Amino acid sequence: MSKILIRGAKVLGGAPQDVLIDGEFIEAVGTGLSAEGAEVVEADGKVLLPGLVDLHTHLREPGREDSETVLTGTRAAASGGYTAVFAMANTFPVADTAGVVEQVYRLGKESGYCDVQPIGAVTVGLAGKKLAELGAMHESAAGVTVFSDDGKCVDDAVIMRRALEYVKAFGGVVAQHAQEPRLTEGAQMNEGIVSAELGLGGWPAVAEESIIARDVLLAEHVGSRVHICHLSTAGSVEIVRWAKSRGIDVTAEVTPHHLLLTDELVRSYNPVYKVNPPLRTERDVLALRQALADGTIDIVATDHAPHPHEDKDCEWAAAAMGMVGLETALSVVQHTMVETGLLDWAGVADRMSATPARIGQLAGHGRPVSAGEPANLTLVDSAYRGEVDPAGFASRSRNTPYEGRELPGRVTHTFLRGRATVVDGKLA
Amino acid sequence: MKRHLISAADLTRDDAVLILDTAEEMARVADRPIKKLPALRGRTVCNLFFEDSTRTRISFEAAEKRLSADVINFAAKGSSVSKGESLKDTAQTLEAMGVDAVVIRHGASGAPYRLATSGWIDAPVINAGDGTHQHPTQALLDAFTMRRRLVGPDAGLGQDLAGKRITLVGDVLHSRVARSNVDLLHTLGAEVTLVAPPTLVPVGVETWPCEVSYDLDSVLPKSDAVMMLRVQRERMNAAFFPTEREYSRRYGLDGDRMARMPEHAIVMHPGPMVRGMEITAEVADSDRCTVIEQVANGVSIRMAVLYLLLGGNEPALTNPRTEEK
Repeated sequence: MSKILIRGAKVLGGAPQDVLIDGEFIEAVGTGLSAEGAEVVEADGKVLLPGLVDLHTHLREPGREDSETVLTGTRAAASGGYTAVFAMANTFPVADTAGVVEQVYRLGKESGYCDVQPIGAVTVGLAGKKLAELGAMHESAAGVTVFSDDGKCVDDAVIMRRALEYVKAFGGVVAQHAQEPRLTEGAQMNEGIVSAELGLGGWPAVAEESIIARDVLLAEHVGSRVHICHLSTAGSVEIVRWAKSRGIDVTAEVTPHHLLLTDELVRSYNPVYKVNPPLRTERDVLALRQALADGTIDIVATDHAPHPHEDKDCEWAAAAMGMVGLETALSVVQHTMVETGLLDWAGVADRMSATPARIGQLAGHGRPVSAGEPANLTLVDSAYRGEVDPAGFASRSRNTPYEGRELPGRVTHTFLRGRATVVDGKLA
Repeated sequence: MKRHLISAADLTRDDAVLILDTAEEMARVADRPIKKLPALRGRTVCNLFFEDSTRTRISFEAAEKRLSADVINFAAKGSSVSKGESLKDTAQTLEAMGVDAVVIRHGASGAPYRLATSGWIDAPVINAGDGTHQHPTQALLDAFTMRRRLVGPDAGLGQDLAGKRITLVGDVLHSRVARSNVDLLHTLGAEVTLVAPPTLVPVGVETWPCEVSYDLDSVLPKSDAVMMLRVQRERMNAAFFPTEREYSRRYGLDGDRMARMPEHAIVMHPGPMVRGMEITAEVADSDRCTVIEQVANGVSIRMAVLYLLLGGNEPALTNPRTEEK
């Protein structure tokens, strides 16, 4: 069977319509479409979105297959409604050569749950000293266009300038993990009222903001575009807003957890809340939501960072930084953006699918839900309410900060080029 | 009702006064020919020290032995990670050997809280200093010392430190002693002022229940007790201050400065002192300096805490912060 009729879906949250998939493509969108010869999925008022695209995922393979593999990570992605993920370069070995990015690309192809687009490291070994062979990674089978040392900041201003300039030759973009390293030595959490009380090393907002300010000015100077990973402070929002108003070619992402959680949670000393950049204050959270709504922040990216249980079942200082996010991202965005009235579903499609695909230059994803387009689609039961249960995750890791928290929305179907990867909330 | 002592902020005014009053009882034991009570006979207390500490460990050990507890000392230098065994595994191993209470010193802020609240073990946990977070028994022994000196051993019974002006001087940023003292002294009604170079005051201090000053000389005449905090010489390498000499000139306590304090005012130090840095020998060895008394009082306070947490059927301390968990 190659035809699927999704009946009565609110396309981008609009009036119910039928969507007919034939093979890998959408054949028709309309009302009263014929179900003849098609398998029918009764959408029954669920919201239909283009398949989500995550510009910032840690799949951990090669090297840390105990926390995630390309296969388990893409299964988690499909469960969360994603049809494409960008795999970050901080693996072991680092994805800083054509060989490694091609390996990740091939594993993605084999997984079949969602497309995997590798990100290449900016510098050899993420060490920040010497440019990796960016051109070779671009020309490889993986076709890398996004480069990032994520996990580490490209802190050397000259290296950053050169990288921004160099990737222009093939239309690449550098995604910066903005963290001034000297200002964050020994940093354990956001520096402020809570860190002062808890006696945990502070990660000041200025360590992020100063790098972003520098990098937008560098991008302006050399006429390049720059992408800012996981922007987390109100001050960073102001800098990006200023840069955009000045015509600088900058884009920025925010994670779901920075849209919802604050550093008050660290009072529990539970390392499930330990993440980099750290959870900030209520004021930052509100500024980030507003910025995502008004387009200052372009996209939501998960920074899905799986870690084995033992790396979180310990004292705060010894714990790894990061949280899984692929399977809860859409729910958090519905909770923080849609249900607050800041963003409609068309806005969600833009921030979680169309724009990330555009920033990453990923063809075939983030397209409109209309005839002739690739059938990469996500069906969301937005009326659903339920507690997050990590035991049900497809990811190999369980380090979610939302365990037991009630969140809205559930992905019931995901289609990757016309093939269902998720059916009735279960992996196909 | 919880049975842990994790943070001085967890103690109510009545909890704290009860501990101080109990410590007064315990202090009398030290004057007896046989310095021993049977209160914890048959109970095993483990001193779990992940960080070098001589005086705190010995103080706890003396307190435990005076209460007739069996004592296990476990010293694991360095972090649990570098040792290869996790804090959880170490604690569970010790509990399996039949430990009734764990006294823990750890370099990571929050480690005792994790131990008490993560379901790893059931035994009561007493924080003997964690990272740059808390050191509640130090704050209690400091308050005990202040009450004895400024109110009186007998007159002080049932009393708090209402209206007493306490000044803490030095490396507040890295000090668990400062954090614990600010919390407890505030609870006991004292007025606390922190004095330090701005580099050694944490961002976020504005919500603490105390004043902050950068000028020691202006605060000294208005102090009933001045507590000097240890300043590690290495701090100057991270540009917290230019040189040892400049630190001493601006924030050290010497004889001239001590003379500006009211006559009844005392000088305190949690030890170990860095003579010539934050305190001169003249001050350290003067009658106004209570550093040795603090050590003696530390044993009494720790006896009181152990007795109240373990001795009776009903723990005497409430613990609002861990209670919420």
